[in-house]
Amino acid sequence: MTADATTTTSAARGAAGQGARTGKGYRRSPLKRLRQAPLYLAGLAVFLFSVFPVYWMVVTAFKPTGEIFTSDQRAFPQEPTVEHFDQVLNGQLIPGVNFWHFLVNSLIVTVGAVALGAVLSLLAAVAVARFRFRMRSAFIFVLLVIQMVPMEAMIISLFINFRQLSDITGAELLGNLSGLLIVYTAVSLPITVLMLRGFVEAVPQELEEAAAIDGAGPWTVFWRILMPLVAPGLVAASIFAFITAWNEFVVALTFLGRSTDDFTLPLTLSYYFGRYGTEWGAIMAASTLLTVPVMVFFLFVQKRMVSGLTMGAVKG
Amino acid sequence: MAQTVEPATTDGAERPAEPPAARAAKRRRTIPAPYLLIAPALLILAVVLLWPIAQMVGYSLTDFTTRNLLPNQPGPSWNGFAHYRELLTDGGFWTILRNTVVVCVLMVGITMVLGTLVGLLLHQTPKWFAGFVSIGMMLAWATPALSASLVFRWLFLPERGLVNVALDQLPDWLVGDGWLEYNWFLEPLSLFSVLVMVIVWQSFPFIAVSVLAGLKSIPSELYEAAKMDGASAWKAFWNITFPMLRPLFALLLVLQIIWDLRVFTQLYTLANSFANRDVYLLSYYIYQQGFSATPANYGMGSAIAVVMTVMILAVTAYYLRIMIRQGETR
Repeated sequence: MTADATTTTSAARGAAGQGARTGKGYRRSPLKRLRQAPLYLAGLAVFLFSVFPVYWMVVTAFKPTGEIFTSDQRAFPQEPTVEHFDQVLNGQLIPGVNFWHFLVNSLIVTVGAVALGAVLSLLAAVAVARFRFRMRSAFIFVLLVIQMVPMEAMIISLFINFRQLSDITGAELLGNLSGLLIVYTAVSLPITVLMLRGFVEAVPQELEEAAAIDGAGPWTVFWRILMPLVAPGLVAASIFAFITAWNEFVVALTFLGRSTDDFTLPLTLSYYFGRYGTEWGAIMAASTLLTVPVMVFFLFVQKRMVSGLTMGAVKG
Repeated sequence: MAQTVEPATTDGAERPAEPPAARAAKRRRTIPAPYLLIAPALLILAVVLLWPIAQMVGYSLTDFTTRNLLPNQPGPSWNGFAHYRELLTDGGFWTILRNTVVVCVLMVGITMVLGTLVGLLLHQTPKWFAGFVSIGMMLAWATPALSASLVFRWLFLPERGLVNVALDQLPDWLVGDGWLEYNWFLEPLSLFSVLVMVIVWQSFPFIAVSVLAGLKSIPSELYEAAKMDGASAWKAFWNITFPMLRPLFALLLVLQIIWDLRVFTQLYTLANSFANRDVYLLSYYIYQQGFSATPANYGMGSAIAVVMTVMILAVTAYYLRIMIRQGETR
């Protein structure tokens, strides 16, 4: 049924031209309209399937404990309350430490990694896009391979590596945020370099040359010509890196161990769940708070996320 | 900084005919800007990713345990392929490996089919409707893995979880009884079912949105021609859509396999302990060997990690072929 409609509407769209896309001057016969009904129903089902768990998370967070601790689960809170948010935001998620402390931890490590990653990946992207050099193909090859090797596989050697690194340098990299910051910077690098490379390549080199002829130094060319044109890509890549670092779990779990003071938000939430597994109101409230920043950023980056991850496979 | 100079030196050294002075001058003239630019990125990648991968292989051939990390203790000693031999003969490991592959195939298969169908569906509907559904899908996609797993654990909770409550209220002749107290998280089959659901829920939007973007790039004349020739929609899909989007599908498949092989956070939250070895997947087993077993067995954990990495690299090789063919490495 679905597939049958495929050909029909494609043909119709072809006939109606661009009008079909904007919805203007696009008429369907009643019969075609009727045939479209299942499509809308299926679409609605997809929408509900996607939204429901998120809805359930938020709605549980707003239910009083009595409405959660029962087998009589209602779709709406009968007496909505913010007590769980209050409990999470103002109480102590881990004895002695409150939510804001962990939020700051998460922000330090994500913003730090994003900022550092932005600088490093921009430099590398310029090198790859603007220069021909001996190691160039090898470097791109390494990026492509390494973005695929999961942290979950190398977690043991990563942990030992950072332990040894701490011993050598005398700087404690485990049990605090510094090691995490380094790891998070590296994890997103391959994909952000590859994303930014496309943006740098898209800047016409003539533009830079023209500026150079007019007496602009390399620094001016970089800030006044390249930067403004690459900025959208940099924002997209940074948001991607932010989301990755914000959600990261297994490395934080391994590196931080019992240093509860240095926990990031996901780790705090998991710890809280392990301790107070029955406090679903508070757990859902905390989950909601963890989710909101990601969703906000997602709105900005969604398009780029698709094209960034499927580089080149989709033309146009 | 030392790393930046090194490649330049080798660069110069490969032209032995030049006198040393000229070589030095040349080196100064062609200050290797690209090497300077990639050096910081390369350094951090080497420390965090490249070197640990090499170490992982090394550790897998030793009897490395927590003991060796203590001060004044000898380092781990070489034990050849003992870990691999042990793994090969361990029925438990084969079960975990099999489960990992089966669960991964289910996740990838369902995600790809569902995502593609939704992509095709949205391509048929007007822009406002496709946009509306996409926003809904984005919520699923954007939910952090930890939040998603907690919600699903809550949905499938015995006594109070919505799924249990709903199944309990359905007539017994349809679904059987005893659902209210049913614990989904004890047995592999039910736990993995929930796990596959979480993953599919979070992954299909990406496939759907990518396929939708791909479909928009196919000229509609092709479908019109097919229709004139009397081709059915099924035929049109396999003869036009699929061949046109083959590179995209290949790429999505590879990415999805790699992402689903590594699943950890969701399992960690749903299983909520390392007590039941039946519900382990490879990534979970690695972590358990390294950080939950007493004493932690880094050597064995690394050996399992090598097995997993080899699986992933095999898939990556295919990905690289696509990338190289598309000229991404040029």
